[in-house]
Amino acid sequence: MDDLEYDVVVIGAGGAGMRAAIEAKAQGARTAIVCKSLFGKAHTVMAEGGIAAALRNVWKEDSWQVHFRDTMRGGKLLNHWRMAQIHAQESPDRVLELEEWGAMFDRTPDGLILQRDFGGHRYARLAHVGDRTGLEMIRTLQDRAVELGIDVLMECTIQKLLTDDGRVAGCLGYLRQSGEMVLLRAKAIVLATGGIGKCWRVTSNSWEYTGDGMAMALEAGADLIDMEFVQFHPTGMVWPPSVRGILVTEGVRGDGGTLRNKDGERFMFWYIPDFFREETADTEAEADRWYDNKKDNRRTPDLLPRDEVARAINTEVKAGRGSAHGGVLLDIASRRSPEYIRSRLPSMYHQFKELADIDITKEPMEVGPTLHYMMGGIRVDPDTQATTVPGLFAAGEVAAGMHGSNRLGGNSLSDLLVFGRRAGLHAAQHANAQRAPGAVDPADVAATERRLAAPLERAGEDPYALHHDLQAVMQDLVGIIRTRTELDEAARQLGDLRRRYDRVGAKGGRRYNPGWNLALDLASMLTVAEAVARSAALREESRGGHTRGDFPNSDPEWGRKNVVARWRDGRIELTTEPLAQMPPDLAAIVGSEPKATEQTAVESTAPAGLGGHR
Amino acid sequence: MTKAPEAGPREVTMRVWRGEDRASGAFADHRVAVDPGMVILDVLFRVQATSAPDLAVRWNCKAGKCGSCSAEVNGRPRLMCMTRLSSLPLDQPITVAPMATFPLVRDLVTDVSFNYEKAKTIPAFRPAPKDADGTRRMYQEEVERVQEFHKCIECFLCQDVCHVIRDHEENKEAFAGPRFFVRLAALEMHPLDTNDRIELARAKHGLGYCNITKCCTEVCPEDIHITDNAIIPLKERVVTEFYDPLVWAKRRLLGR
Ligand SMILES: Cc1cc2nc3c(=O)[nH]c(=O)nc-3n(C[C@H](O)[C@H](O)[C@H](O)COP(=O)(O)OP(=O)(O)OC[C@H]3O[C@@H](n4cnc5c(N)ncnc54)[C@H](O)[C@@H]3O)c2cc1C
Ligand code: SF4
Ligand code: SF4
Ligand code: FES
Repeated sequence: MDDLEYDVVVIGAGGAGMRAAIEAKAQGARTAIVCKSLFGKAHTVMAEGGIAAALRNVWKEDSWQVHFRDTMRGGKLLNHWRMAQIHAQESPDRVLELEEWGAMFDRTPDGLILQRDFGGHRYARLAHVGDRTGLEMIRTLQDRAVELGIDVLMECTIQKLLTDDGRVAGCLGYLRQSGEMVLLRAKAIVLATGGIGKCWRVTSNSWEYTGDGMAMALEAGADLIDMEFVQFHPTGMVWPPSVRGILVTEGVRGDGGTLRNKDGERFMFWYIPDFFREETADTEAEADRWYDNKKDNRRTPDLLPRDEVARAINTEVKAGRGSAHGGVLLDIASRRSPEYIRSRLPSMYHQFKELADIDITKEPMEVGPTLHYMMGGIRVDPDTQATTVPGLFAAGEVAAGMHGSNRLGGNSLSDLLVFGRRAGLHAAQHANAQRAPGAVDPADVAATERRLAAPLERAGEDPYALHHDLQAVMQDLVGIIRTRTELDEAARQLGDLRRRYDRVGAKGGRRYNPGWNLALDLASMLTVAEAVARSAALREESRGGHTRGDFPNSDPEWGRKNVVARWRDGRIELTTEPLAQMPPDLAAIVGSEPKATEQTAVESTAPAGLGGHR
Repeated sequence: MTKAPEAGPREVTMRVWRGEDRASGAFADHRVAVDPGMVILDVLFRVQATSAPDLAVRWNCKAGKCGSCSAEVNGRPRLMCMTRLSSLPLDQPITVAPMATFPLVRDLVTDVSFNYEKAKTIPAFRPAPKDADGTRRMYQEEVERVQEFHKCIECFLCQDVCHVIRDHEENKEAFAGPRFFVRLAALEMHPLDTNDRIELARAKHGLGYCNITKCCTEVCPEDIHITDNAIIPLKERVVTEFYDPLVWAKRRLLGR
């Protein structure tokens, strides 16, 4: 077993992890970065639309205050206000810093960084590179990390966080290429492992999204909050079956695309919630004018926050107004020129052409909701990203609070940069204040080794079948619209899966064995899936990414609480705790809490006679 | 707008390379049921779920964006997640083999660390000072040229196909390969960059070994015109800088 020692170990090499490692290294800490896949392939590489930051290159009217307001309202005021504030204030500097490291964003006519429209953002705000912004971000950070000489352990899956008397001592994992264990001793650890999408069947997420970071943090004593809030992105591909779930960027709508039902109707106009009515166009003419003139027109409802659009699509499809394969139509072909579409959305053009035989400059796309993002996760201090475990920090999708109950598009990439940097900074400071890493308990090492080896030593439950069944539970019972009965049933079935999991077996050896790797990943997936299902059952209201069919309204009481998950005696325990309250000056910027009757598109306001609702 | 399901056979034979080293490994056939729209990676997932749970395959995004799933399908270097079954003859076995240029880890997975080592040898971006008003101005026309190179997803298929290293292990030391010519070109043509890498490109990265066969360009899934837009302009710069006596004298005087 390799035995290595660092000041700071960053687990995860997406945008958040890379930015954290760069900062920790810049602070002089001996830093390593670890990732499950090859370096530069993390989920962040898939991000398409852009990075939200009030750079004010396109709209001088923009400011951090407006960005802050949009973020809080998009999250239905459940965000940690301080994170939303820091994020809005610091994201412009973080974007400009990427340019210092060689990134090349699309430009305005006078040579500055161009910004595009996205859902829930009042002004065109997303710095972007066509529809491959994540690639530009990853490569820029990757090159910077290489330049700084940061140690990289790739294809290394961390399995356990080690603590010494409650504080971080290191972590244990295995190298996928050899199957051998590694021990990384560290004074501070930054978790930047991303989300949990692989618990669902239809998802835009990659295989890495198994919730390892959340599960490991929970077991090490950290709090998870807001686990009921998962984001279904309204537009994933739906056909052919093998590509179901692959993302269609919101940039398509930002650049002029519109949603239609099978009868060609722009149904989003029927689903404008009161909370957003004042700032949303109510006629097609106004919506179309808004793209060029934001001062005198209100935003198109095609670009309402994602939870609203996903619910609207869900309702249209259930009402029998969906497209041939159970989605709706996203039409940019009839609205923008082929040259414009190809230059603004090259990867979308390519993706549909290659995978679905559709030319998006000529025909509409078929789209439907796909599981996309985890708002919940590890509770962190808003300024330092410290978790409740001394020496353990978290940033990026694995951390919670920033986005409240629903994330706005583009606010993740900026979150990664802003809080990745802060996590790296504070982890390095924490490490510098320690003389040596905590002591590693050999019993922990031995127990982890036994757990790793166990599936290979028995012919038991097939990991692929277990994964398939887990995805079915989450897809069918913990979806866009939830009910008590279904959530209780989900919890019961997850319990059954957990028992089957105790007998999971993998064929073959340790060297690059995906079946074995999946068997180990399933442990985290089962833990986070349970936290999601049970948190969702607890929150008896609808808000953002959490919609309860049996509690369709938002409830101001629940609007002041977080659901908190903790590990107690080997089980998940749930409680609620009060949400941090905004200072009055910020509260004034944001405006009022949605009224009890305002939560939206569970019921549509479609004209009568168009078929049943819901 | 909605297409009829693709016609074609419901089952295919996947002839997949299995083994832990090149000498003892061999192809193994798997009959697999297939559905419309499938890509090679989907079919391999089915092989894993039905008959070979430990089949080693590297992938990540399954959307052509990360460059993890490179392999040789029917002898051609490709991304497995972007290769549709419908683009291949299905009455014959489909062969899937690991990239030949890199050492084997297991089955379809190779050790691509060669590329990560080469990346470390390329001098980083060094920007010129900011404009007087504290901004950096670049214009769309200038950035577009470089953005083509930034599309690279590091699939290393161009590295795999390039005969300079595919057929000559001994060249690996002195040759960075087309992926890194793309990177060098991106840096050299970056309107704000001030570093000079031309001497390195010639002496250390082996630009001279490339005889412009264009095989790299043909396999690039991002349609980067590697030879025409990156390699040839770099070669031209080498010629002007090294063999033009005036430029040579200037370099000596400036001491770089
Ligand atoms: C298709 C798509 C498009 C998107 N587009 C946008 C967009 O335009 N704008 C926007 O703001 N957001 C977008 N998002 C969301 C955004 O990309 C993600 O939320 C964000 O990239 C997450 O970054 P991260 O750094 O937290 O984690 P990731 O980039 O996912 O990185 C996680 C890292 O952790 C590693 N890891 C995980 N578990 C372990 C373990 N056990 N041991 C070791 N390493 C581990 C992984 O290998 C990986 O390196 C998009 C998401 C998707 C899926
Ligand atoms: S053009 Fe040059 S770099 Fe490309 S494959 Fe041929 S020899 Fe290799
Ligand atoms: S240049 Fe093209 S073929 Fe080569 S690594 Fe990049 S994307 Fe792949
Ligand atoms: S899996 Fe990412 S390119 Fe194929």
